[in-house]
Amino acid sequence: MIPGLKKGQQLRILILAGGISHERDISLKSGRRVADALTDAGATVTFHEPDEHLFEYISKEKPDLIWPTLHGASGEDGSLRDILALTGVPFVGATADGARLAWDKSIAKILVQRAGIQTPASLTLPRETFRELNADSVLAQVAKHMTFPLVVKPARSGSAQGVTIVEDPAHLNRAMIDAYVYCDVAIIEKFVTGTELAISVINEGAGTIALPAVEIESTTGRFGYDERVVAGDTNYYVPARLEQGILEKAAKIAIKAHEELGLRHLSRVDLIVDASGVAWFLEANVAPGLTETSLLPQAIVATGATLAQVYLGIAEAAKAGRG
Amino acid sequence: MSNETPRGNNFDHWLDSYAARANTLSVSEVRALFAVVSRPEVVSLAGGMPFVSALPRELMEASFDSMMSERGNYALQYGGGQGDQRLRDQIREIMALEGIHASVEDIVITTGSQQGLDLLGGLFLDAGDVVLAESPSYVGALGIFRHYEAHVEHLDTDDSGLNPDALEESIKQLKAEGRRIKFLYLVPNFGNPSGVTLTEERRHRIVEICRREHILILEDNPYGLLYFGEKPPVAMRSYEEDCVIYLGSFSKILAPGLRVGYVLAPPAIRDKLVLANESALLSPSTFTQMLISEYLEKSDWQGQIDTFRDIYRERRDAALGAMQEYLPHLGTTRPDGGFYLWVTLPEGIDSKAMLPLAVTELVAYTPGTAFFANGGGQQNLRISFCYPTPENINLGIKRLATVINRQTELLETFGN
Repeated sequence: MIPGLKKGQQLRILILAGGISHERDISLKSGRRVADALTDAGATVTFHEPDEHLFEYISKEKPDLIWPTLHGASGEDGSLRDILALTGVPFVGATADGARLAWDKSIAKILVQRAGIQTPASLTLPRETFRELNADSVLAQVAKHMTFPLVVKPARSGSAQGVTIVEDPAHLNRAMIDAYVYCDVAIIEKFVTGTELAISVINEGAGTIALPAVEIESTTGRFGYDERVVAGDTNYYVPARLEQGILEKAAKIAIKAHEELGLRHLSRVDLIVDASGVAWFLEANVAPGLTETSLLPQAIVATGATLAQVYLGIAEAAKAGRG
Repeated sequence: MSNETPRGNNFDHWLDSYAARANTLSVSEVRALFAVVSRPEVVSLAGGMPFVSALPRELMEASFDSMMSERGNYALQYGGGQGDQRLRDQIREIMALEGIHASVEDIVITTGSQQGLDLLGGLFLDAGDVVLAESPSYVGALGIFRHYEAHVEHLDTDDSGLNPDALEESIKQLKAEGRRIKFLYLVPNFGNPSGVTLTEERRHRIVEICRREHILILEDNPYGLLYFGEKPPVAMRSYEEDCVIYLGSFSKILAPGLRVGYVLAPPAIRDKLVLANESALLSPSTFTQMLISEYLEKSDWQGQIDTFRDIYRERRDAALGAMQEYLPHLGTTRPDGGFYLWVTLPEGIDSKAMLPLAVTELVAYTPGTAFFANGGGQQNLRISFCYPTPENINLGIKRLATVINRQTELLETFGN
């Protein structure tokens, strides 16, 4: 228990972690770290899986608040949040609608673009398109009209799974297959060269704020699932090594995207800042990782605050219906 | 926080302090799965977990009780670096079943045979040394060889095991390049992950080649007693004492949680293994050695292995039956023992990329890439039939077929 942090003693928080997803272990680690911080803040924390006994448990235990740390579709596509809303227990993070909009990167791109945020030009192609129009002819059109390199990625998926940077039109075919492994809709996006930033956005009830940007530097030129989660080929810088003015603009863009999508208490917005200082929106993460090595908690620590302070603030805001 | 220095993956403040060999450690392809397979809805065809539920609890309880009453103080005390002599004597009897006649003095007990491999890696491997291995090869051994910065050269392997012609050719080529070959690593019986058994004729040729070329054979044999029909050929160590180091384990014939394995090595190597074991551990767990020794002394352990064989045979049949029913067009090995099937997917399907999709369909397997040091195996996967019930094996392979067929359809759309 951290001295001076007595407020959370009254809060009974249920953490939802695990689930059936390739990212289950990340979810469990995130859940345990959040639990540690909230326990330090004086809250009473319990865990549950999103399983057949969940709603019976919620009904019986009546927690004050639910904090989902679930990754993958079940935690991020809005469906579970819709059902959580039915229980009447407040929960941390995006509403079901917000999650749904952000989880589909093609929809998120349209919404933020309408709000005046720049996002790389892209095509959104369901798998059926290739069946109807013939894959070779569709890809020939893409190769003819779009400038390489391109990024091919699933419209709905997490942790950079199924993402390929395509330099050569001959490799587009394979990249599409790899993206469709994860989702029936794929995005082909113009590749923007620049500095990759992850900006975590939080709301503790007193307004949305951006945490210090984390700069991501891939030493291999890749930043796929392995590099993101398990391997050791990526360097991070907190704060990012860009001019203050550029970072401030990027922070405003991250806040705007977060609010436009309705992500409430926490999210992580991924941007690329090009050579001219323009920040391009790539995607917003509804359920950013909260493990000891995840970017959001690292950004909190970089502010000088403790995870206990900030997570308690988020929890209290969520319970009070703020944020 | 400073922004002057790259913080590295994991924001590790000690990134610059690690030994260079720490970079050789990488996450196993299987490890990320351990979390998800704990969900009861998921049929795990991934991990090679022995079906320990088939081991009657009363057998282990009786062994525990007699150990504590008769040798309790010894079991709770430090032991010697070579391991308990009574257990080593009993291990001789086990090895005799595979044709090996050895001195109790040449056996070293280790914390699982995995530690035996690690000790051998530490004793023999310098950076850049070559280890020859089957294609595919056991993931745990590959991790050790990588840790000691050895280069693994995978050799052509077919349904009869490692091809001696490929071995000869590879040795010739590597020696011409001035490379130093230290080991030939083999799982000759019901291999992990292939399920393949090395034929007797090939065993003799391989021993002859390695003797001539002065290359140590690591004969890793955890599955040899788990045969479903005829016994596999006798161990290579039974006819070659000087250039074969034999590794055995109680993990598959008793229980892996006890972490007891053993190494049978030529006397000079044995001496170094004991010193290395003492340096690493002081002694392997006396407690679990005593427990196993009591179990071997007082229970029908061979009858228990028969029970395991019956269970695994039924599960192997369930796996092959389900493959025939749902995925008849795919190539698979047909093991006569052990735990695994090795499946070849249609060209263009990447087993590692497909895994998250399989997990969402509630089935898990091990991607073939885990079993190669060179990035191979993308088109393969390992199915473990040892742990799930026959009904769940059928269900799991049915689900796997859904995933594979979806991938096949995708490839057809893109003309691959």
